[in-house]
Amino acid sequence: MTQQVAAVPAGSESNPPPARADFEIVPVRGLAVVAVVLIGLVAVIAANTRWGIDFFHIVGGGMWTTLDLFLGFVLGPILGRLSIPARIEVTTRLMPKMLLIMPTVVVCTLAAGWQLAVQTGDIQTSYSHHGWVVASMIVVAVMAVVALGILEPANLAVLFELKKPRPDGQVIARLMRRFIYSAGVTGAMQVATLVIMTRLATA
Amino acid sequence: MTSDATRGPAAEGVADRKLPPVAEIAVVSIALMLVGGVYLAAQLPGHPALALPVAMVAAGALLTVADMVLLSRIRPFAWPTFFLVFRWGLVAYLVIAGLLGYVFIHDHTPGAAMAVLAATLVVFAFDVPVILAFTVARFQNPGQAGR
Repeated sequence: MTQQVAAVPAGSESNPPPARADFEIVPVRGLAVVAVVLIGLVAVIAANTRWGIDFFHIVGGGMWTTLDLFLGFVLGPILGRLSIPARIEVTTRLMPKMLLIMPTVVVCTLAAGWQLAVQTGDIQTSYSHHGWVVASMIVVAVMAVVALGILEPANLAVLFELKKPRPDGQVIARLMRRFIYSAGVTGAMQVATLVIMTRLATA
Repeated sequence: MTSDATRGPAAEGVADRKLPPVAEIAVVSIALMLVGGVYLAAQLPGHPALALPVAMVAAGALLTVADMVLLSRIRPFAWPTFFLVFRWGLVAYLVIAGLLGYVFIHDHTPGAAMAVLAATLVVFAFDVPVILAFTVARFQNPGQAGR
């Protein structure tokens, strides 16, 4: 996969430069959906209802884990094997949506998860499985460093590059390589999350 | 290997420019915030020891200031694009940090711990847009207007 990604040509006689794509870097209409979800999250935390908090944590966490695993181990390798035009097509349709979906899903999972742990008493240091709770925080911290330091900036920079009148194929290949590597790392960290959360759920 | 026809105007120079490690420093700062944040959160809802989280926030804030100095010295740079991404990134991450802060306030986190957490979230919310904006702007032609 890596070699194929690295071998993406910046352009040659047989591979013309990537064409400029027409797309929104941030889908403006999606912001309304994000706002509704975040208002719902605040309302649920303010009301402190068990079902609502559980809903946001389980749905958010499920989506976060699934998306990371899917991007890291399924779509990422596929993306690395696609032709440049196909890769651009997928990127310009998928990445703008991910810019809104991922931060929303992450903040819902974390905020509702913390509130859930407060309700259940799982954050108490006296809780017998407190070590697992702290382990989950550490895993989230590692994922945050990778996602915020590498994955999201690379994603955004690719979209800006594709907006140029003449996108630079080498820059896109370089950034996509970073994206695919880091998606694999967060995918692997999500496996650790699954182990920790299933341990906690059955404790 | 790469013909000029395949690369944007002046892209060779833009993509391969040697720039100060602004993004890397911001990532280290974020990592410090996360270490302090996790250490603090692991001891709540009691009264956690604050020495380590305070040290992490102070170190992160210093790194952020140093980062701003390094950033301000880059000439030329695609400042319009940088500020476009930074502005919207800051709005987004202030909302995210605000939501996380709200949860801790809602749970009556003790005052001193809350103050350290708030400072941690502020540094975090500032560093992320810096990484986003710098990573985008470094590949733009200097002087290019933001979109």
